[in-house]
Amino acid sequence: MADTTNYIRKLALSDEILMAVDKPARYIGGEVNMVKKNPREVDIRFCMCFPDVYEVGMSHLGIQILYDMFNKRDDTYCERVYSPWPDLDKKLREKNIPLFALESQEPLKDFDFLGITLQYEMCYTNILQILDLSGIPLHATDRTEDDPIVIGGGPCAYNPEPLADFFDFFYIGEGETVYYEILDKYKAHKAKGGTRKEFLEIVADIEGMYVPQFYDVTYNADGTLASFEPNNIHAKKKIRKQVEMELSDTFYPEKPLVPFIRAIQDRVVLEIQRGCIRGCRFCQAGMLYRPIRERNVEFLKELATKMLRSTGHEEISLSSLSSSDYSCLKELVYYLIDTFQNDGVNISLPSLRIDAFALDVMSKVQDIAKSSLTFAPEAGSQRMRNVINKGLTEDVILDGATEAFKGGWNKVKLYFMLGLPGEQEEDIRAIAELSNAIAKTYYDTIPKSERKGKVQITTSTSFFVPKPFTPFQWVRMATAEEFEGARKVLSSAIKEQLNAKSIKYNWHDSDITMLEGVFARGDRRCAALLEGAYKDGCLFDSWSEYFRNDIWMKQFEKTGLSLEFYTSRERDKDELFPWDFIDAGISRNFLYREYEKSKQEAVTPNCRKRCAGCGAAQFHGGVCYEPRNEAGESIPSETLIADC
Amino acid sequence: MNVRIRFAKYGAVKFIGHLDVMRYFQKAVRRAGLKIAYSQGFHPHQIMSFASPLGVGITSEGEYMDMELTTEYTPKEIVDRLNEAMVEGFTVLSCRILPESLNGRKRETAMSLVTAADYLVFKKQSNDCRISENGKELRSEWARFYGQRNIPVVKKVKKSNTETSIDLKPFLYGTDYYEVAESDAMTEITPHIAGTDYYELETIPDFTGELKELYKRNDWFYVPLRVSAGSADNIKPELVMEAFALFLGCEDTDSLHWQIHRLDMYTGEAPELKRL
Repeated sequence: MADTTNYIRKLALSDEILMAVDKPARYIGGEVNMVKKNPREVDIRFCMCFPDVYEVGMSHLGIQILYDMFNKRDDTYCERVYSPWPDLDKKLREKNIPLFALESQEPLKDFDFLGITLQYEMCYTNILQILDLSGIPLHATDRTEDDPIVIGGGPCAYNPEPLADFFDFFYIGEGETVYYEILDKYKAHKAKGGTRKEFLEIVADIEGMYVPQFYDVTYNADGTLASFEPNNIHAKKKIRKQVEMELSDTFYPEKPLVPFIRAIQDRVVLEIQRGCIRGCRFCQAGMLYRPIRERNVEFLKELATKMLRSTGHEEISLSSLSSSDYSCLKELVYYLIDTFQNDGVNISLPSLRIDAFALDVMSKVQDIAKSSLTFAPEAGSQRMRNVINKGLTEDVILDGATEAFKGGWNKVKLYFMLGLPGEQEEDIRAIAELSNAIAKTYYDTIPKSERKGKVQITTSTSFFVPKPFTPFQWVRMATAEEFEGARKVLSSAIKEQLNAKSIKYNWHDSDITMLEGVFARGDRRCAALLEGAYKDGCLFDSWSEYFRNDIWMKQFEKTGLSLEFYTSRERDKDELFPWDFIDAGISRNFLYREYEKSKQEAVTPNCRKRCAGCGAAQFHGGVCYEPRNEAGESIPSETLIADC
Repeated sequence: MNVRIRFAKYGAVKFIGHLDVMRYFQKAVRRAGLKIAYSQGFHPHQIMSFASPLGVGITSEGEYMDMELTTEYTPKEIVDRLNEAMVEGFTVLSCRILPESLNGRKRETAMSLVTAADYLVFKKQSNDCRISENGKELRSEWARFYGQRNIPVVKKVKKSNTETSIDLKPFLYGTDYYEVAESDAMTEITPHIAGTDYYELETIPDFTGELKELYKRNDWFYVPLRVSAGSADNIKPELVMEAFALFLGCEDTDSLHWQIHRLDMYTGEAPELKRL
């Protein structure tokens, strides 16, 4: 590939350091499809950050989309940075080396913008590490005209309050819509020599942008929020989320970056649709990305071809919250198989409902002996699945498993949550019973002579964390003791099953879950916890080998904040939530209605069956505007266009 | 058709390990649109093999990779298409079409053929080790080191996590000071002749020229080294330089004192060597 500039990259780290750290390729950049520009010849320098280790961050589609979109502009150079692993972290501090971007290898502090994606709560200490190692003041109000503007985005930006002190502004919603406007306005502002504060006021005028320092917060005596009011004339009372409604005519990287070292996603990722019709009550993504919007199947076919060619990847993964709901899935999948399978391209289909089509596809693209089936019933009993509105019945699971066992599979993975609202001991035991029923189905379906060893059921549980903008945002989260209790009940229930020897049980750490619960529904005061924990040595909290619960617990003592206040407390119907200033496009009334229905164990049909009136119709597109038949069921637009 | 390409690895990508270099080339071949042969089964892999892994931190202009293609290409086409798909730090220098194997005998891969390799070793400047920066002094020390009858070293065996003691001397094939950079000077090397079966870039970059000039001008130390390589007696140049550091009385023997550059790899029995 020809170098388009005469700019010569020089590594920020010496050979001595790179030879001494694990996986030096994390820090050298220069990957396939990296964009090269001369930093001296652009107006805007933007650094995108995923605050976790390189292999995790490089797997994230959102950054790849924005990287491509920003670099399409001649006036902007978008670069990347990821969290330095603790071995390098130590060396950077010892030798006073400022954190640098991978492309130019130049210090972050010299950039105009640092954009940090917020994908999960337990990466928050890593954000402080990035700022600290860059020499950028942690608090937005301490930053000067020489510091980059620090932006947050991604799903956790829907409750940005625990991070409010550390960010100049948050971009609420999908990045495709107004980032160009922000960059244009910044360029004009910079040319004029305006101040940081003036720029933040310009930003506050743009829909979807939240500038935390332009708001004042007061609290009631009981610790709940009393008021949340703008203190600047440019700050809006409500921040409306950004939604890209033209998903078949928008930015998508035709030449995604290909890392030298193996990333978590070592494949082409093709986002086939955004949003989900299912309405599972625990699922934040299913609520935030409403309405569901499909991408045109011809657009996807062309993209797949271009991306496979430009990356050389040997695998393509179709990404969405529920692939089976994509109306042209069959056409797309068979096209990919017919076109690419002879070139040794593997096709992976996560989040697929197990039915005849799925099994046919899987038998064509996977080695049955090695691959496993995945079901996510989320809850063991039908009662509890009704509570969470997970429209998956035991019959569907067992029928899917029967067909799969006949097709030669003998490995099944099951995902459940413990600590769901209203959970009883029989709901926990039902997880063990369902696991056992699947094992029994295998032994009933497959005659002894045809069995290839035992059936292998892997049952995994995570602990439920209530998230903002879901019907469970009011709910009391279980305590660590309750979680551990539920886990023990399940462990012994599994051991009691007839087919216990065919079932393997995996679980998560409840301490980490508790902190996730604090930051998921936390307020501005939680910043002190975060800053204290970081200063006392917490980093890479989502990596269990680095998680230090003792340090975190000390912060609650130091700050006087209560873990239970944020987690194990049922909220009043009308309590003012820290995230209420965001208009996520779904009404609080709808969410509360769903919460009430969950208590009655009543199911809400999916968006295609019947509109539940969530409010997302205000975006004028997607499933909300698909034509409906006499029964009131919608006809997906892709079906009409592509005849599939 | 079966081909052997030679490539260079330099600059920042010297920090990419061997397994990742293999993955890089697998994807590069696909980006280049070359039709490569795949093994059978549900997890097909490309028919591709590398002559000899290069240690992390070492640069090279003498890497070899064999692959089997299912469509006919000219060697020039292969070099050009691969170079289109390369990133900075990797350059494909040449391609040779390998003769058909006779009587259905298994083809000998570069990996099974390699017996020796040439390196240039530069003493890195300005690191805080206690090895002298004086080129003249180091050259005479090197001559004394190399002239020893036996050069015992302790070799770590990764798999069993044990150590064995070996004598390096029989595996060192030459160190002709200031001459070997153009390595043909050490022995008669069969040159590849350009033709329908072989193509190399018209101008091969001089990967170490500037560095050599700099070192000569300042009278800094650098030395050529030919050692045994391949499956039988693979001697890593790092091991030789560790032994030299020890010989100099430096306890801190890690390879950071040296920048090592692989020049080429050979087959045959020393000193009658032939380029791969």
